[in-house]
Amino acid sequence: MFLQILVNGVVLGCLYACIAAGFSLVWGVLNVINLMHGSFIVLGSYLAWGAYHSMGVSPWVTIAIAAPLFYLMGYLVQRGVLNRVMAAPVLVTLTLTFGMDLILNNAMILAFKADYRKLILDPPLGTVAWGSVVVPVDRLVATVFALVLTGALYVLLRRTRMGRAIIAVRLDRDAARLMGVDVPVTYAAAFGLGAAMAGCAGVLLALIFPISPLSSIPYLGKAFVVCVLGGLGSVPGAVLGGLVLGLVESFGAMAIGPEHAVTLSFALLIGFLVFRPQGLLGKRGFE
Amino acid sequence: MTGHVKRAPSAALLVALVALAALPWFGESYTLRLGTIACMYAILAVSWNVIGGMAGYPSFATAAFFGLGAYTGGVLLARGVPLVLAIATAGAVSFAAAMLLGWVLLRLRGHYFAIASLAVAEVLRELTNSATELTGGGMGLNIPLELGGGASVAYEASFFFLAMWALLLVCVLAVLAVERSRLGFGLACIRQNESAADMIGVHATLYKSLAFALSGVFVAMAGTLYAGWVHYIEPPDVYDILLAVKPIVMVLLGGLGSIIGAVIGAFVFLGIEEFVWRNWLQVHSGVLGFLIVVLLLFMPHGMVSVGKRLRRTPSVPAAGAAAQLRADSVRGAGHG
Repeated sequence: MFLQILVNGVVLGCLYACIAAGFSLVWGVLNVINLMHGSFIVLGSYLAWGAYHSMGVSPWVTIAIAAPLFYLMGYLVQRGVLNRVMAAPVLVTLTLTFGMDLILNNAMILAFKADYRKLILDPPLGTVAWGSVVVPVDRLVATVFALVLTGALYVLLRRTRMGRAIIAVRLDRDAARLMGVDVPVTYAAAFGLGAAMAGCAGVLLALIFPISPLSSIPYLGKAFVVCVLGGLGSVPGAVLGGLVLGLVESFGAMAIGPEHAVTLSFALLIGFLVFRPQGLLGKRGFE
Repeated sequence: MTGHVKRAPSAALLVALVALAALPWFGESYTLRLGTIACMYAILAVSWNVIGGMAGYPSFATAAFFGLGAYTGGVLLARGVPLVLAIATAGAVSFAAAMLLGWVLLRLRGHYFAIASLAVAEVLRELTNSATELTGGGMGLNIPLELGGGASVAYEASFFFLAMWALLLVCVLAVLAVERSRLGFGLACIRQNESAADMIGVHATLYKSLAFALSGVFVAMAGTLYAGWVHYIEPPDVYDILLAVKPIVMVLLGGLGSIIGAVIGAFVFLGIEEFVWRNWLQVHSGVLGFLIVVLLLFMPHGMVSVGKRLRRTPSVPAAGAAAQLRADSVRGAGHG
């Protein structure tokens, strides 16, 4: 029983890490909380659902399509809209992304209706069992993909020119500009990466959870909590925060009942905000 | 932005507000319903303005206060407690809760404060959901309220309109008094530079907590009135995140930091909202989103911006406001 809950928690945690990594990147680099993140995830789920059920494209292939598509969308949204308010206070950027989220969410409700949909793989992948621990294979595969994606983001930030530029802007925007980094382009790239991570996470989540425009708020809530737990703007922080949240939720659900899981995670959020706002791994840098 | 107190607009606002009380003698039930909501929105906006506009803290806790007030008052009303007592209790509970929360949360700044204040509503919603015996949980809470007076629809509509209107009047008077007081001056200092304010002897923590509590107390009272008015509340309804965002939009519409702006912003917002609901029900939230985006991108100082644009004469207060926004953003970046 203990092992089963542990495994459930880890599986959930890896997915949470993938949800939060892009959100954390945008928050850390642009100093913007992107309230559209949850809707981006749901949009990714719809993409996977549509591609599979109307064209027979497997979700694993859809990830490769979703990443550039969402990157482009994020890039354009940042260049076209958000870039105009980059110097504005928190209130403005928060409210602006909230407004854009209302538009996006309303568009999704019109396009897909608010019904819950489910991506059902045919044939189903079944389950694997080690001793008493049983895990559905689709969850396992989604978890592995989530880890690979999060790892890819980490490598991208550490090894590529664009990644180093993003880190440089995060550390010191003015110094980066003096070194010849094109700050608006870097912001747009970071926002695009965040959107791409959200879209890919959405594709993976379509395998596990029902899809509905109403899911965007809970996903966003998870991203918040993970970011605050792990520390802002770092990929390892997102992974650690995701794992902590996954474990706390699955053990907490057993200890005090699943109906209190949300209260627990938000209480954790407030506790961390007050006593350790920099998170478990929080540093000013981004590594 | 509100550093100097403008007497003439405040007087005009009060006259207009008092004149509004005549509505029950002219309007039918639909007009009264709109009027009640308009007063409620104005209470929300004026209240938010205390913490968001005067102290400069981006609070998303309005929904939490509204829900807390609706449920505190609703539970009492359902048990037969008189309306006035229920409203007073809801206000007191919310004041105490806000002082307590403020003491803890207001140490955070920028995004962190915004999120924490947002999370308060979520926690309260879940607590309300799980305290089924007291609140009815997800089933909602029925509030059978006997008003007397024949209990006709018209009487009830007038009653709740006048009650909400009176609450708005008290709220505006209280906030006007705060703006002119030591507290208001202290809040302006905190908005401009908190460390400096602390240094010259403004008790920042206390002042901020008081501002937070003031931004909650009338909202909670309005929540109780709302509960009594609609006779049925449920958690997703009264802890709706939109209740936290709409007041911000109203205040931004009217111009940040001005009480008269908040009231006008609330009325205009309701007008737009009602128009959208009537004509484009399917896309009303999208249209609201569009409104927010246009407002923030093109009218940074609210409806005043439009006039400024037309006249093309950048006035000194506008430049001051822009500098204020930049100063805030630098502070937000430093701590966010």
